[in-house]
Amino acid sequence: MLQLALFLGCVIPNRYPGIEMATRLCLAKLDIDCADLPGASCCPAPGVFRSFDSPTWLAVAGRNLTLGESMQRDLLTICNGCFGSLADANRTLKESEEVRQKTNEYLGKIDRQFKGTIDVRHITEFLYSDVGPEKIKEAIEKPLGLKVAVHYGCHLIKPSRDRGLGSFERPRFFDELVEATGSVSLEYSDKMECCGAGGGMRSGLKERSLAMAEHKLSRIKESGADCIVNACPFCHMQLDVGQLEIKKAFDKTYDIPVLHYTQLLGLAMGFTPEMLGIHLNAVKNQEFAVKLAKLTEDN
Amino acid sequence: MNGNDVQRQLKEAGIDILKCMQCGMCTGSCPSGRHTSLNIRRLVKHAIKSRDVLEDNELWMCTTCYNCQERCPRRIDIVDAILKIRSIAAHEGIMLTEHRQVIKLFLEHGHAVPIDEINIKKREELGLEKLPETVHKYPDALDELKTLLEVCKLAEIID
Repeated sequence: MLQLALFLGCVIPNRYPGIEMATRLCLAKLDIDCADLPGASCCPAPGVFRSFDSPTWLAVAGRNLTLGESMQRDLLTICNGCFGSLADANRTLKESEEVRQKTNEYLGKIDRQFKGTIDVRHITEFLYSDVGPEKIKEAIEKPLGLKVAVHYGCHLIKPSRDRGLGSFERPRFFDELVEATGSVSLEYSDKMECCGAGGGMRSGLKERSLAMAEHKLSRIKESGADCIVNACPFCHMQLDVGQLEIKKAFDKTYDIPVLHYTQLLGLAMGFTPEMLGIHLNAVKNQEFAVKLAKLTEDN
Repeated sequence: MNGNDVQRQLKEAGIDILKCMQCGMCTGSCPSGRHTSLNIRRLVKHAIKSRDVLEDNELWMCTTCYNCQERCPRRIDIVDAILKIRSIAAHEGIMLTEHRQVIKLFLEHGHAVPIDEINIKKREELGLEKLPETVHKYPDALDELKTLLEVCKLAEIID
């Protein structure tokens, strides 16, 4: 089994620590060798920093990558933004000698050098390829039986030529991981559509960004899902906190619970909603809370 | 035809927007375009025609979802082009106030979304350490990052 180091990013440790806890609990339960990555920073966020200054983006991502290199561990990301940013920077720095030299000039000032010795992984594709749905099923103690609207998020699978995770129009691997928890992944309209948060939209053009999220939520509501399951804390925030903001901006109420995959998996492994920080979400859906309490008690 | 310097800089970065045949596949695939005025086909045309594209508001309406780039029949790296045009604009001081703020937060804390009191409490409630294993917990690592950002002169683009 691979040796990994956990890249936390910003939104998970600083806004949704429940996802950090869920990740730690699930990795331990699956006996995955994943260490902390002390001293990492923002990946940096692709939408803003890559947009503004590519050399800085590469240098900061390069620094984060060298932290993993010195531990000889691949970086495990739990956020699509961190995954996209670090995987793209890693590939660019490995492939282009010119860019690598330039970036290493910057990194040299803090006594670091990018060597290109590790890979960047995303927890969903890692669990799918290196652990596998079958082994995950073996670790399940409480099959959930939830109806789930899976939200992949754009940067997990696109650009597809760089991600290499198969079809961007109709991918399946995340659905299979959700089904491994004893849940059903629902088909729904615009399933692959963007949540509206990326590219600096959530920070820069909030109201229009929320209009995009509102559209997505309306489709999910139609599907009759018990909850949304995502792979990215920025999508998570947009779809969770976004529901309160949408209520204010458009006077529309959805009240759809939102879980990161690690929280769903944690529930199925028998951890309580409180241990996984599900109660710390912005959306407080009582019906769902009762359902989860029941699931985790009996079975 | 001389083209303009924006289009030339894109070409230097390996992105040839002159291949665009204005078919509109990008616009038809754009989720933002359903909710904003973003017309990606028009934006590409604007970038071909004039450096005024740097002032085009629609430049900031892209969520970088990559649908257009995935589906472009001429295989133009449309999102990469937008990121590059944004970067040229940013270096000319054209940037949304909110994005300036995100850069400031990152320069100060090493996180674009730094910790706050509410989330320190949430961490403690969950049994996590007060501060995460990032630059938040290690001042030396934050200093190192700040040195790197000075070398890269990131602060200059928000001056």
